[in-house]
Amino acid sequence: MTAVPRRVPQTDQTRPVTGDPQAARSVLTAAEVARVIDRMAHELLEKTGGGADVVLLGIPTRGIWLARRLAARVEAFEGVRLPTGSLDTTLYRDDLHLKGPRALDVTDIPVDGVDGRWVVLVDDVLFSGRTVRAALDALADLGRPRAVQLAVLVDRGHRELPIRADYVGKNIPTSLRETVHVLLAEHDGQDGVLIGPAHGTSPDGANPDATSPDSASPDAGVAQ
Amino acid sequence: MKRHLLSAADLTRDDALLVLDTAQELAAVAARSTVGKLPTLRGRTVVNLFFEDSTRTKTSFELAAKRLSADVINFAAKGSSVSKGETLKDTALTLEAMGADAVVIRHSWSGAPVNLARYVRGSVVNAGDGTHEHPTQALLDAYTMRQRLGRLEGLRVTIVGDVLHSRVARSNVLLLHTLGADVTLVAPPTLLPVGVDTWPCHVSYDLDAVLPGSDVVMMLRVQRERMGVTYFPSSREYSLRYGLNVRRAAALQDHTIVMHPGPMNRGVEIAPEVADGPRSTIVQQVANGVTVRTAVLYLLLGSAEPAIGAA
Repeated sequence: MTAVPRRVPQTDQTRPVTGDPQAARSVLTAAEVARVIDRMAHELLEKTGGGADVVLLGIPTRGIWLARRLAARVEAFEGVRLPTGSLDTTLYRDDLHLKGPRALDVTDIPVDGVDGRWVVLVDDVLFSGRTVRAALDALADLGRPRAVQLAVLVDRGHRELPIRADYVGKNIPTSLRETVHVLLAEHDGQDGVLIGPAHGTSPDGANPDATSPDSASPDAGVAQ
Repeated sequence: MKRHLLSAADLTRDDALLVLDTAQELAAVAARSTVGKLPTLRGRTVVNLFFEDSTRTKTSFELAAKRLSADVINFAAKGSSVSKGETLKDTALTLEAMGADAVVIRHSWSGAPVNLARYVRGSVVNAGDGTHEHPTQALLDAYTMRQRLGRLEGLRVTIVGDVLHSRVARSNVLLLHTLGADVTLVAPPTLLPVGVDTWPCHVSYDLDAVLPGSDVVMMLRVQRERMGVTYFPSSREYSLRYGLNVRRAAALQDHTIVMHPGPMNRGVEIAPEVADGPRSTIVQQVANGVTVRTAVLYLLLGSAEPAIGAA
């Protein structure tokens, strides 16, 4: 059987930073993003007893890059190599029927699986919590982790489910009328977190992009 | 907007690749999952409306829908009100009233799915209509080719046999052309449809001349049940001139694969040694059928706006 290279969804290549970047204000600079990820890596080592049995699973798209960054920092600090992968939540979302069609993202689980592991889900922005809910369901179909934790670069509030993060880069109180843009060098050419005015208003499913920074809609990349 | 999959020609190149890529991800998801079921289409209803006998296609669609947690209603013409004289339109309106989100239809009339699509609100998927089209078969064939050979662009595909009665051949020619493959039809002149010269493919009567240059050889079943008259002198003569026997298979390039949509007539269009040999993708095609149909149902029903198909 020949492996076929996966097509990169077009929305990822052409993704604009929407919401008028002129009006967006910076909340984290590139240096601050690096510092925040360093701290999260330390916290992760502390809370997981040195990272034994930890598996980092990034939620596409920027969560994957964040998971890799965290793993790289953990390795730099302690010399521990954490298995890193990605977990697509699309098929488990509760808002599919409310949105435009979306291509599936890549799920890539480390070879040893998740059974008995300490799984840390990694995402860029925590908002309604619905993506994390879908990720927990997706994870349950893959095996039975010993524990599941959540790491996010930005917690912007407005939760709709009883979900909280174990590792938070920065709490940013926002109004529903604002958008949070997380930029990562691997994906956007530069690091940073910006807040801009929103086009949408609600974090629930009626807003096509509320819970998914990378849906297939033109607003992809924006957590409003 | 409602959308249907009625013809392979409904799919643009991007649509077709989206189906294949989605199928590839779904296959990976299924391989990893401990459950084997996804919650994606919970609460949706898929009706299997089969007016013609079918084992693999019907089962395949049923499995695909169940894999996505959709409810499946199997509606066979035998034992239904169709055998009491109900028309296709009335059957369609009944299904409509029951709230079917998708209707998968197989019918012996070419064009029956197009008709049905006029009456129902859900998406219609053509699972084979007469001698017209069978788009999901073409998709699973393309998926299998890409899986085995790594590409579709520039692939030389030879389709051999009863093109006249084959919906598989027509759908494959259309889809493979869209995907950039180079298709040659090989058949006796009596088994080629009128107007085949307008199809986007080459036509030949000489199998031995075409085989050595082929990357894919797809054998079609001789469809005796659709033949009112005799199209060739005898099965033996057909087999000698157009059958894929051991000698012909030996002339193929090392990487060339042999496909068959099934059901096979062993010893007529394909020798048992070839059908069971290492080149054969026949069993793989059946497995891929479920995966590709899962992708089609997901793309048609999984969102507010279908991702593929014709309006």
